Amino acid sequence: MSSLAVPAPIDRVFRFYQTTVGKKAIMAVTGVVLFAFILGHLAGNLQVFEGQAKFDNYAIFLRSLPAALWSARIVLLVCVTLHIVTTVQLALLGKSARAVSYVKKDNAAASYASRTMYWSGPIVGAFIVYHLAQFTFLLTGPVMEGHPYDNVVLSFQQWPISVFYIIAMVLLGMHLSHGVWSMFQSLGITSPTRSPFIKSAARLIAIVITLGFLSIPIAVLAGFVTTSGAR
Amino acid sequence: MNLTLHVWRQKNAAAKGGMTRYEAKDVSPDMSFLEMLDVVNEGLIAKGEEPIAFEHDCREGICGSCGFMINGVAHGPQRGTTVCQLHMRHYRDGDVLFLEPWRATAFPVIKDLVVDRRPFDRIIAAGGYISASTGSARDGNTILVPKQAADKAMDAAACIGCGACVAACPNAAAALFTGAKITHLNILPQGAPERYSRARSMVGQMNAEGFGQCTNIGLCEAVCPKEIKLEVINKMNRDYLVGVLA
Ligand code: HEM
Ligand code: FES
Repeated sequence: MSSLAVPAPIDRVFRFYQTTVGKKAIMAVTGVVLFAFILGHLAGNLQVFEGQAKFDNYAIFLRSLPAALWSARIVLLVCVTLHIVTTVQLALLGKSARAVSYVKKDNAAASYASRTMYWSGPIVGAFIVYHLAQFTFLLTGPVMEGHPYDNVVLSFQQWPISVFYIIAMVLLGMHLSHGVWSMFQSLGITSPTRSPFIKSAARLIAIVITLGFLSIPIAVLAGFVTTSGAR
Repeated sequence: MNLTLHVWRQKNAAAKGGMTRYEAKDVSPDMSFLEMLDVVNEGLIAKGEEPIAFEHDCREGICGSCGFMINGVAHGPQRGTTVCQLHMRHYRDGDVLFLEPWRATAFPVIKDLVVDRRPFDRIIAAGGYISASTGSARDGNTILVPKQAADKAMDAAACIGCGACVAACPNAAAALFTGAKITHLNILPQGAPERYSRARSMVGQMNAEGFGQCTNIGLCEAVCPKEIKLEVINKMNRDYLVGVLA
């Protein structure tokens, strides 16, 4: 070991990315960024309960800061891309590491959410594409330029849209209930005393986030949030 | 009691294997699982058939030689127990048991339930030691070891290298094993000076052997006969990341 040559910096980056530990660290860091976005996005969305003016003004405010908006979008795009590329590479590695499967395998000792990360992640990813197509690019659904509040309400009044959204948010919650704990572990910042706390906190925050997102389509379907008549 | 066994039989590394059904008759609840297989094997030998190959040595849960899957769980249903220390009193008359070898591309089957675990030896060889000339034995207590560090190092050192962690992991990751070996040395004052290069070399070797990625789901921890905790993986990750990035 002591005879190992110290690798050059670029070599180091390359080797770092080649290892499973390095890739998982990238998944974790990009996951944190996506998680932070989710929190901010939820806070923004919940303004729907404060009425059309407040919600639309928030959207106008965001668009009045093109530099910040585009920086955030680029960071998110880079993170989503890295998160997905590392996921795919690791998933393929995992498959080749267990090329022959068991006749019988019992995975009950692991949580359901943790065992389904390779399902919840891609479905959430597909949802993100649909979600952007609907509310950002206005390509699908009962949406119209310049009326974000009414776009949300009119969309969620169509129950199939709400149902898909609800399913995606439940999966996001499952993804985060394991992911938020997992990222601490991947970055090496847990400890025997902290782990149980981190695990519970991750579950709790995942539930809070899911309920937060779910409250919007449910409120619309229940007739609690209605269109403003502005469009 | 009488049991039905479905056992993976494979002549050699190159042969194609398959599950074969056996009846284990008059099994005593006092037998260990391996003793039950010994009796089945005696029956097979008496009939002129090839006995079921499985690994074992100490039969007291300390050497790490034994191990296979019983109904999809490494070392069977008893937590913190190797298969040699698993007793038949945990089973009931009429139970149907599926016995399979550890499945990992890095651990090819040699015969029946026996797999090649030399990748673990190579991971140890990559850094599972302290490269200081030791000379003659030191006087006791010349290197002070904090009690907490000694306890943690001892917990990690309990790993017997059986491979159950790899077998249980859906990605056939060797993170619990490698993490235990890294933690065991990195936490002690004697091992700490080389902790970063050790983490780098051992992680590098673990990957070179073709083990999968850790997804922190904890199936390894659940089956480990020595109840090694997931935190050893955390320690491996930390020492690797600090060593590479700092
Ligand atoms: C809002 C979107 C997302 C957030 C907030 C998020 C967050 C996270 C976090 C925090 C982790 C834990 C990382 C670690 O174990 O160190 C994780 C893991 C994972 N993510 Fe995501 N993720 C998102 C979207 C996606 C997408 C679109 C995919 C689809 C490819 C995906 C696939 C995965 C997989 C498979 C894992 C488990 C990887 C492993 O444990 O090795 N995620 N995610
Ligand atoms: S034979 Fe030694 S641990 Fe089982």
